[in-house]
Amino acid sequence: MSAILEVRDLSVSYGAIVALKGVSLSLAEGEIVTLIGANGAGKTTTLRAIMGLVRTAGGEVLYRGAPTRSSKTHQLVRDGLVLVPEGRIVFANLSVQENLEMGAYARRDGGVAADLDRVCALFPRLKERRRQTAGTLSGGEQQMLAIGRAMMSGPKVLLLDEPSLGLAPIVVHAIFEAIREIHRSGVPVLLVEQNANAALRHSDRAYVLETGRVALEGPSAEVAANPKVKEAYLGE
Amino acid sequence: MTTFLQQLVNGLSLGSIYALIALGYTMVYGVLRLINFAHGDVYMVGAYVGYYVSRRLQGREPSIGSALLVMLVAMVVCGILGILIERLAYRPVRREARLTLLITAIGVSLFIENAAQLVFGPDPKFFPSLAPRADFHFAGMRLTSEQITVIAVSVLLMVLLRFFILKTRTGKAMRAVSFSLDAAKLMGISTDWIISVTFALGSALAAAAGVLIAMQIPKIDPLMGIPYGLKAFVAAVLGGIGSVPGAVLGGLLIGTSEVMVVGYLSSTYRDAIAFGILILVLILRPQGLLGRVQKEKV
Ligand SMILES: Nc1ncnc2c1ncn2[C@@H]1O[C@H](COP(=O)(O)OP(=O)(O)O)[C@@H](O)[C@H]1O
Ligand SMILES: [Mg+2]
Repeated sequence: MSAILEVRDLSVSYGAIVALKGVSLSLAEGEIVTLIGANGAGKTTTLRAIMGLVRTAGGEVLYRGAPTRSSKTHQLVRDGLVLVPEGRIVFANLSVQENLEMGAYARRDGGVAADLDRVCALFPRLKERRRQTAGTLSGGEQQMLAIGRAMMSGPKVLLLDEPSLGLAPIVVHAIFEAIREIHRSGVPVLLVEQNANAALRHSDRAYVLETGRVALEGPSAEVAANPKVKEAYLGE
Repeated sequence: MTTFLQQLVNGLSLGSIYALIALGYTMVYGVLRLINFAHGDVYMVGAYVGYYVSRRLQGREPSIGSALLVMLVAMVVCGILGILIERLAYRPVRREARLTLLITAIGVSLFIENAAQLVFGPDPKFFPSLAPRADFHFAGMRLTSEQITVIAVSVLLMVLLRFFILKTRTGKAMRAVSFSLDAAKLMGISTDWIISVTFALGSALAAAAGVLIAMQIPKIDPLMGIPYGLKAFVAAVLGGIGSVPGAVLGGLLIGTSEVMVVGYLSSTYRDAIAFGILILVLILRPQGLLGRVQKEKV
């Protein structure tokens, strides 16, 4: 099993605050891997460091076998490493259609039209509202747009930061279905969630992050069966 | 009534100049959350570039063609100047504290003003007449050919800008960047490139304004950017900084109120009115007329 994305001993500090203290994890072709942990554990920081959005203090990230240190964020995206950020951050001042166009901003291949059809098939509501300003969408629709926009980038690896946050259960279900659908199309997924229940059910392997360290890792079923995880994250 | 209409035309003409400059402030603020204090000085450089190009063309018959050429060269040169200012001065400190950026901007402004006194000379220069001039009389009003040029060129540039921002891929990316720099990066947008384009566009518009005003006044000097820059900045704040239509509206309002105050009250208040408006806006509607209330950018 060769990793398409590998994080080795990653450390990140915000001034005096040490957010990551040597985090290692990997993602292989065909996998859905989840990263769970309490608020403030360092999940978002891990993803932002992978994307080159925060400066790392140590360690390295390998994407398709090559270190990403010298690549800028937009170059990583062009190479297929795509993040749906925490809080969705759709361009509220752009229409739904334009948001999707921005997803395909850097695409040079001919697959854009086909991907637009896929997004519309997966999220018919976006198609209905494509002329609407993204800021007028509901939270769930914005999350669909954020995921649709990422699909338009032609991802080879998809990172998602708490896609279910603040959404109604029925919408959460739709979002997870969409993630599975993307995964089925051949894209490995690294899923960050506070909603540990859903995340563990929908993934192959899991990492548990506690105050900047990986406290536990393994197949999702095993992690879900761990008594400490049950108590701390699954509310049992 | 005729006097009023006459003042209105004069005001809109002056306001178009403010609007052109204000667009640069607002666009740069949009992508960097930076008040580019050197922007008024770019406008001044635009006037000087126009002056030197016109001097080379002298001897030819004044024509619309040569006026356009002068303006185009000034716009290109200032576009490049804008890119250089961002690359050399702002980019190295972009990640530093906001205050650092602000002080850098003031430093760039002082640098350009002093360099201009050195290079162009501190004494005012007289801008040669570029196009054949004429007065038009209409319903008791007098419209000078300069005023008509100012309004026509401004409208044309603003329409082009609007098309660019709303319809082109780069224009959409500019709007994306101004909403969120990080989210734009995550789309594969090279935000450095978009920021360069923004500086180039804003500076080119300022240069056009510089040439237009130089044609009218027609005296130019190295510090001419200060009052125009400040009033255009007020215009951008009045319209809602970050808002492109706001900059146009703000410019027209500031220009018109300035001309009205001078016409009906006293020319003593020429400069006071803009700052009076600024204070009122900051108290009553800090986000400006068309601005959105925005979260602080982190
Ligand atoms: N921009 C920032 N500046 C300072 N501290 C930050 C910043 N972002 C995150 N942190 C801190 O880093 C730690 C990890 O945060 P984060 O990665 O957002 O955690 P999570 O996504 O797991 O909730 C927290 O202690 C948080 O307060
Ligand atoms: Mg987070």
